[in-house]
Amino acid sequence: MLLRKSGSFKSIIRSSEITPQQTVKDFQQDRRRFLTQTAALGAGLVAAAHVPSIFDPAQVEAAQAASSRYTVNETQTPILKAATYNNFYEFGTDKSEPARNAHTLKTRPWTVQVDGLVKKPLTLDVDTIIKYRPMENRVYRHRCVEAWSMVIPWDGYSLSEFINLCEPLPSAKYVQFITLLDKKQMPDLPGGYDWPYSEGLRLDEAMNPLALLTFGFYGTFLPNQNGAPIRVVLPWKYGFKSAKSIVKFQFTDKQPRTLWNEIAPREYGFYSNVNPTVDHPRWSQAKERRIDTGAFPHSIPTLPFNGYADQVAGLYAGMDLKKNF
Amino acid sequence: MIVVTVITPAAITYASSKLMSKRAILALKLALHLLCLTPFGVLLYRFQHDNLGADPVNTITHFTGDWALYILLTSLAITPLRRLNSSIAFLVRFRRLIGLYAFFYVSLHLATYVFLFSGYDLFTALTSLKAGHPAVLIDQWKQVWPTIWDDLRKRRFIQVGFCSWLILLALACTSPAVIMRAMGGKNWQRLHRLVYVAAIAAVIHFWWLVKAGVRTPWKDTAVLTVLLLARIIYTGLKSRKKLLPAPTQVKLASQ
Repeated sequence: MLLRKSGSFKSIIRSSEITPQQTVKDFQQDRRRFLTQTAALGAGLVAAAHVPSIFDPAQVEAAQAASSRYTVNETQTPILKAATYNNFYEFGTDKSEPARNAHTLKTRPWTVQVDGLVKKPLTLDVDTIIKYRPMENRVYRHRCVEAWSMVIPWDGYSLSEFINLCEPLPSAKYVQFITLLDKKQMPDLPGGYDWPYSEGLRLDEAMNPLALLTFGFYGTFLPNQNGAPIRVVLPWKYGFKSAKSIVKFQFTDKQPRTLWNEIAPREYGFYSNVNPTVDHPRWSQAKERRIDTGAFPHSIPTLPFNGYADQVAGLYAGMDLKKNF
Repeated sequence: MIVVTVITPAAITYASSKLMSKRAILALKLALHLLCLTPFGVLLYRFQHDNLGADPVNTITHFTGDWALYILLTSLAITPLRRLNSSIAFLVRFRRLIGLYAFFYVSLHLATYVFLFSGYDLFTALTSLKAGHPAVLIDQWKQVWPTIWDDLRKRRFIQVGFCSWLILLALACTSPAVIMRAMGGKNWQRLHRLVYVAAIAAVIHFWWLVKAGVRTPWKDTAVLTVLLLARIIYTGLKSRKKLLPAPTQVKLASQ
């Protein structure tokens, strides 16, 4: 019910087309269960329900064509699991907490700043960014540095398109993503971290077509705990690189500070590409627990660059990936 | 263990508590068994109702680890508590039972690591076992053993956690009264003082496994600190009393 208003997407791209592994019925049941649960948790998609659709009917065909190139043919993680098992420390350090706590995040109005080494600093409304390019649905593997993984259908468009809109200067070598920091909206904000959350990429990494500027998943708007209303998804890197609830894109000529690298440089490198041969100091990264439809996760081998080596390995040609982990 | 007690009304209560009816003790022990098994029951219930979250392996690991530590801390709370008030001196009769439950949960925690966390495919193994292919159990073990060995060699939080389990294993093995008698009270007590090392190791294990900046283990650490300080303060006070003219002392045997 909640989604009907925002769910005109559903009438355009049928969920059966988005999630070939699941039957439509499964998907809808799943979604209903998820909605009941999140509503009960107070983690609602209430905000999302009042937002006009992000999907422009005229652009759907192009979007679908683009989507197919990036679809991983593996069992998808049910939305209920993807929306209740999150690392979003601003809303609590336990993975069950963001789903319970993130309802305090106000995702509208939401402005995004573009600053630093750009032709002209911009302040954009998130809905403007959403409408800027046709939405694509891409099914990506998602590998957490904690050695669990999911398969998630994200909705968004290539970050490179947005970066072109930002018009970075030739001197810009990096882009930094800064997450919202607001103690009022984040009453559970833990101490001991140098907030706001900050992540970053080399500009050529950010321009890789795999890097997705993301607004939704499973055909719906992102729940708050998954990084609403705007985040990045970088499937060849550990999950923490994919900054959530972004308020600022800062273009720089120096490697930007990134939160986890700052707090534990031995454990979290700037690059943090998925690499089965480089252990986290406290556990092996050779395998991962894939969380999908099974009652228990199953253990599978982790692939270099999370299986996206063909698309991204070239970015790191000649680099020692054990040093630049 | 031999307890030296000054004759006070407290000692009398203590002595009388020894006379607590067998039935009362039995009933209390039964209640305690049920209480200690409750977390395990909750875990089984959640497992059956598919309510272990998106990553049940992670949930079970943390659940069993948390409860192992809670129960271990409870067992360490008994001595300071009974020193506070002699009317609850009878609590000491339950200490061993609580300690054994701590070992039970630590062992579950270790088993979770070996048979779920390491990548051991327990469900395939069990299905194969039912189908009459027990060799799969071994095959699975051969697959995960290198990872486990690697963890043991390289990762200090695994090492310190494993040490804690080893100590509790030794204490659990020597817990029957027969073995205690065979060892002699002094030796037995000396060995069982290692429980402090096990508890400290368990808390360090917790700190070393959480991510930088995460402070979740602070509550367990605070409780352990208070329990250890209580002992130091008690010993300090006792040695000061010894300097004063001593009242008549008698030896009371307790368990």
